[in-house]
Amino acid sequence: MIIGLDVGGTHTDIVLVGENGLERKIKVPTDTAALFQTVLTGIEKITENIPSEKIRHAVLSTTLTTNAIVQNKLSPVGMIVSAGPGINPAFFRTGEHYFNVSGTIDHSGREIAAINRKEIEEIADRLKSAGIRHVGVVGKFSARNPDHEIAIEKIIAPYFDKIFLGHRISGHLNFPRRIATTFLNAAVYPIHKEFFEAVKSTLTQKGISIPIYILKADGGTMAFDASIDYPGQSVLSGPSASVMGSVAFAPADRETIVMDIGGTTTDMAVLINQVPLLSPSGIEIGEYKTLIRALHSHSIGIGGDSAVRMEKEALKIGPDRVGSAMAYGGPVPTPTDALFVLGKTDDPAGDKTKSIEGLAPIAKQLGLTVEEAAFEIFDLACQDILTAAREMVERINSKPVYTIKEVLTGYKLKPRHVMVLGGPAAYFADHMEQISEFTVQTVPQWSVANAIGTALSRTTCEITLFADTQKGVAMAPGESFSQPVGPNFTRKDALELGYELLRQKALQTGANLDDLEPDILEDLEFNMVRGFRLTGKNIRIKLQIKPGLIHQYKMITDKIAAM
Amino acid sequence: MLTAKHKTGLIFFPAFDWAISPTHPEREERLLYTQDQVLEEGLLDIDGIIEYKANLVEIKDVQRVHFCAPDERSVMTESHFISAGGAKTIADAVMQKKIDKGFALVRPPGHHACRVVHGGRGFCNVNNEAIMIEYIRSAYNVDRVAIIDTDCHHGDGTQDIYWHDPDTLFISIHQDGRTLYPGSGFPEELGGPMAAGTTLNVPLPPYTSEEGFLYAIRELVLPILDEFKPDIIINSAGQDNHFTDPLTNMNFSAQGYADLTRLLKPDIAVLEGGYSIEGALPYVNLGIILAMAGLDYSSVREPDYNYSKLRQSDQITQVVERTCDTVMSNWNARELIRMRMKSNKQFDKRRRTIMYDTDGFYEHQNETIRICTDCAGTLKIDSTSDVGQHILGVHIPRKACHACREQGFEWYDGASKTSYDMIICQNRVDDTYMVRKKS
Repeated sequence: MIIGLDVGGTHTDIVLVGENGLERKIKVPTDTAALFQTVLTGIEKITENIPSEKIRHAVLSTTLTTNAIVQNKLSPVGMIVSAGPGINPAFFRTGEHYFNVSGTIDHSGREIAAINRKEIEEIADRLKSAGIRHVGVVGKFSARNPDHEIAIEKIIAPYFDKIFLGHRISGHLNFPRRIATTFLNAAVYPIHKEFFEAVKSTLTQKGISIPIYILKADGGTMAFDASIDYPGQSVLSGPSASVMGSVAFAPADRETIVMDIGGTTTDMAVLINQVPLLSPSGIEIGEYKTLIRALHSHSIGIGGDSAVRMEKEALKIGPDRVGSAMAYGGPVPTPTDALFVLGKTDDPAGDKTKSIEGLAPIAKQLGLTVEEAAFEIFDLACQDILTAAREMVERINSKPVYTIKEVLTGYKLKPRHVMVLGGPAAYFADHMEQISEFTVQTVPQWSVANAIGTALSRTTCEITLFADTQKGVAMAPGESFSQPVGPNFTRKDALELGYELLRQKALQTGANLDDLEPDILEDLEFNMVRGFRLTGKNIRIKLQIKPGLIHQYKMITDKIAAM
Repeated sequence: MLTAKHKTGLIFFPAFDWAISPTHPEREERLLYTQDQVLEEGLLDIDGIIEYKANLVEIKDVQRVHFCAPDERSVMTESHFISAGGAKTIADAVMQKKIDKGFALVRPPGHHACRVVHGGRGFCNVNNEAIMIEYIRSAYNVDRVAIIDTDCHHGDGTQDIYWHDPDTLFISIHQDGRTLYPGSGFPEELGGPMAAGTTLNVPLPPYTSEEGFLYAIRELVLPILDEFKPDIIINSAGQDNHFTDPLTNMNFSAQGYADLTRLLKPDIAVLEGGYSIEGALPYVNLGIILAMAGLDYSSVREPDYNYSKLRQSDQITQVVERTCDTVMSNWNARELIRMRMKSNKQFDKRRRTIMYDTDGFYEHQNETIRICTDCAGTLKIDSTSDVGQHILGVHIPRKACHACREQGFEWYDGASKTSYDMIICQNRVDDTYMVRKKS
């Protein structure tokens, strides 16, 4: 059996899935101030009277690091960047302790200017005396040649507890994002470490000894031990939990939009034949644009608790949430109040008369009865969400491509199916289907689908390999891999090498041997011509274990669907 | 956070699967390192820099500019449709004010493609800028256009297309034609009788560095632009004046290109040549994009840049100054030159042989233009290629007067179908393209 635990803003969902499908599900209130306690209580409750050995592992999706970033409760980090010529690196300053040092690597990985040991030692001294214990080191084009980052690490290692190097964090080219990503990894490292070590040791003390995984924003998991070196991977895992909870129930041969309709926002993602679409660059959170792999998702400020008001004689929903629905004592009318008025919900905890009172002024302004106004609100919420979904598809389709083949084959998304989950989802589904070109389905067990998705996701990872046969080298800096290659090294050889590196990385980060489904993200080969002569080949390979469910999932989700 | 002062759109189409031939300078690898640099600098994350997806150009767009023999699809590969389409896409975004400035980093280039196209010359088959310009003239309210061609090679194709158009100012700044392909682009090439002076050529001696280029921009191009008052400024942004370019002999730098862009303030730039794919293009493009967006480019620098080594000699400075003086006096005397060229003639004729170096053959042209005091004048081109077609192309200009329109129809209808493989009427007044083929 597997535990899936998804920490949400107000409550935490915990499920136990196994051969009987959904074996147990519980909700506990989230105590943001004491997340550790919330998680512990959840695991204890869900495993009550179940021996540890029956549990294969637990996957946690927490808001710990996400909240730390959003609330700016980050621990101080020293950043040493080596930019060389180009855009002024002062624009990418991460905070007080940010230093640009000498040293230049060009796009081909050639060293143009060396680093200066003395300069770096002086900075290390200053950082240390300022009490800095965690440092990020990022060089421009370090993903092509990590030597400077490694040399700087060597110089400063005696000064600090933990050093994060840019080239290990991501193989993608984007210096500003690599700086932000490395910074965030270092900045959430202490809380991540403290939290998980506390969870592990407490569970062990209580005799619950199970491997722990974290869920990542790309819908994959990572062994907790491996995540110590990549704590940023735990950021913004929440949206991917819901998407992964829908995967099993989505049509296998069609494109599907997944909508998680929550209290404050509706989050959307796209599945192509049950495989979630990845974001091309990475998470954007707060002021940070990062290289943290993520599912392509789009969020709009419309949910069950969005404020409903009149603006220029027209109804407007969101994008803000002022409080809960008036039915629950909130200050302003919301779509949830419309649901109460329309009799679509009769939750005994809510007070329909308060909803009616709340909608009355709007109805009056619109010249409608309260019921008619409620329907208008309900309809508009559905329309707004559908419009946003269409816009998201349009944006994905207008993404630039770089080869003739891609232009001419011109694959375009045309999803015709929507899956909804989240609090008000069930009430919206029918109406959204009526007013749109989509078939709309609610995700089975939608109220805990996020935790089910968390439990069933497999381990994902990505590697970047490039080879330059003119220089005679194949490198995967992210994996600390470099190997000489001969002039006859081919793309096929590179792919083979890449697959092996991917396999190793997947197993190291917690993948099961059954779940190593590799996938090619980039596969390019260029003739290098210098002076009108072919002098070598430039080969670029990106491979991933793509997000998906562990191989035993079918047995489990079939049972869940039948429940 | 970095925010662009001018909202700048980019089309990046490196055609990673297209080459003229495997070891040709115009090959898959050409923009690879530029893309690396653009991605690593995080340019596309800058607020106000927007990347667009290139749409394909339509046959109709090509037919506003070219006479393609035997037809468009025979002389264009997919990559040409996308390259010209990229320029068109960026122009749409500028005209619809979605962006302030646009840069189409596309390949293959286009500025050696003339009005008549039998094949490829100077790595070009169709003229990306002209296709874009005639498209925006038909779709938006644009009349006067300035094209500043800063490629190291003379933009002879663009010059040919606008030779007779007084509403298009074409200024080409390039390495002296006595020392470089295509061997043309001298100050005395000024345009036809109705448009003399709106074609201007500024040949620069080999080893001219950024002082020389920027002098020509400041002292010549900017004052002429002020006087011409274009609705839109296009830069044919070749990058082969760079000191590392393998095909040319100039000493321009990334800083120089960025300065040039800042001074020129083009609304749209379209990439042309530039074959120092590792040493120049990544830095030059970075500089141009930053300059267009109004961002600081002062620390953009090539690894091998050495200012003192690149400085031009005093002798070069003098030659540049003299050339600019000549070109300026031609510009100032343009009305007089036009009068002299018209001189009571009814028609003016040009005979030319055009070399298609990329595809390896010659074309022979006889061009006739009706001398007109009311419009740019209808023209016809009788063209034969060594290897293929004999065609007659009639071009009725955009603002043709009644008499010129009638003349155009008369030429088109009156030509014998037995003498030509194809007779074409490119009627820009009605935006139509009619073809009669050999019976």
